[in-house]
Amino acid sequence: MLLIECPWCGPRDEHEFRYGGETHIARPGPPEAVDDAEWSRYLFERGNPRGIHLERWHHGFGCQRWFNVARDTRSHRIDATYAMTDPPPAMPDGEDTP
Amino acid sequence: MAGHYSAWRIFREGLRGQRGWGRAWRDPEPASQYDVIIVGGGGHGLSTAYYLARTHGIRRVAVLERSWLGGGNTGRNTTVIRSNYYYPESAALYDMSVRLYEDLSKELNYNIMFSQRGMLMVGHSRHDMDLIARWAGAMQINGVECEVLDRAAVARLAPALDCSPAARYPVEGGLTQRRGGTARHDAVAWGYARAADALGVDIIQGCEVTGFLRGTSGEVAGVETSRGRIMAGKVQLAAAGNTSVLAGLAGFRLPLTSYALQAFVSEPIKPVLDTVVLSLATGVYLSQSDKGGLVIGGGLDLYPSFAQRGNLPVARSVLGAVAEQFPSLGRVRLLRQWAGTVDVSPDSSPILGESPVPGLYLNCGWGTGGFKAIPVGGTLMAHHLATGEPHPIARPFGLDRFARGALIDEAAASGIAH
Repeated sequence: MLLIECPWCGPRDEHEFRYGGETHIARPGPPEAVDDAEWSRYLFERGNPRGIHLERWHHGFGCQRWFNVARDTRSHRIDATYAMTDPPPAMPDGEDTP
Repeated sequence: MAGHYSAWRIFREGLRGQRGWGRAWRDPEPASQYDVIIVGGGGHGLSTAYYLARTHGIRRVAVLERSWLGGGNTGRNTTVIRSNYYYPESAALYDMSVRLYEDLSKELNYNIMFSQRGMLMVGHSRHDMDLIARWAGAMQINGVECEVLDRAAVARLAPALDCSPAARYPVEGGLTQRRGGTARHDAVAWGYARAADALGVDIIQGCEVTGFLRGTSGEVAGVETSRGRIMAGKVQLAAAGNTSVLAGLAGFRLPLTSYALQAFVSEPIKPVLDTVVLSLATGVYLSQSDKGGLVIGGGLDLYPSFAQRGNLPVARSVLGAVAEQFPSLGRVRLLRQWAGTVDVSPDSSPILGESPVPGLYLNCGWGTGGFKAIPVGGTLMAHHLATGEPHPIARPFGLDRFARGALIDEAAASGIAH
């Protein structure tokens, strides 16, 4: 069970949230300049690290806002939560982030 | 070595105080060079090695396993074998696997305890029954026999299932594949390991791959491991949830996300269920093992994980559904719970064949359904490694299908929350 610190509502139970996939994925463009290979990388390829994963969560049973989470996929430990528009936080060294 | 297993052998060893059983496979030191290296000593890696040696005569093969043999998803699944898929490509793939499983005990001289007790999918609404009709039609067109059942027939097949009008999930009918069933998961790994070892394959446990060696034109030349450098012109990844991590070491990304898939087993109880039951309403499925334990599974955990342990909200919803749908099992106690790290692809179909690195091959993306496909995964990948060409059944499952948009989207077609 996760205790997730919503940037607006504070620490809340995992039940109130929905996971929304990897974050900081930039859509390539303009569309006419993007070939099938690049478009497929954007649509399908993911970092899937065994370590710190930067991901989106939605506080559905609270403020109903999206935000970003830095979470370790090996331990489920949450290292940071931050606004959708914020850049990724600096992570401690020694974590493998392929 | 272990020699041939038979009823006569059991009788003879019984008379001789069980002193004649040898090790089932060797524990060799890695050689400096092989023809093929397989990364991952689970079912798919071991079966690939076996078919390389058995079918194609390629015996200079090493299977490298980071921890112990069959300790990943091969030892963590719910042992269900079925081929009730929707698309012709999937039906050809998974039905070939069921047919290989049917002969596997004899093929490997190892009892994998394949029990074709049937796979029953239960529909709970008119919409489920529409889906079942469509699904059954597709299966039959694909040559996979199945049978649509009414409520009374479902109740006869699974008497413990609450089929009463007052049920929390009312039962409308079902679909059964009678050739589906379960097998002893460890025995599949051990049987392939023993048979591959007898053909000269080196199974090297406690050997973690830490990097890939490249030749002059970028092709794979071998691997760096925790036990030194090992050379080979062909390397296959068969590492399930950790495939993305290995791909990262080789310098490319894959369309895979790793999730925890939980499983549960109850205390042993008297026989209550002689088929595999899956509910289309809750996505929960269960069967009863020969020991009497109820083996229970459900959907994926809700966020990516490499932790090999499930989280509580999913455990609660899965077990709650069992208690609601099988009221007589509501007070049965849980014995164990665990999870495996499964590699889920965007279309819930496997990725078989070449990677962006020449000489490096992929057998991954099986997601929640890798165990049932162990014989076919090995057969198809051994064909590709030995001949240089994908097997016709494997061809649609290449990594190139994503850029071509030729997805085989079984997640939507099977109606299961995978």
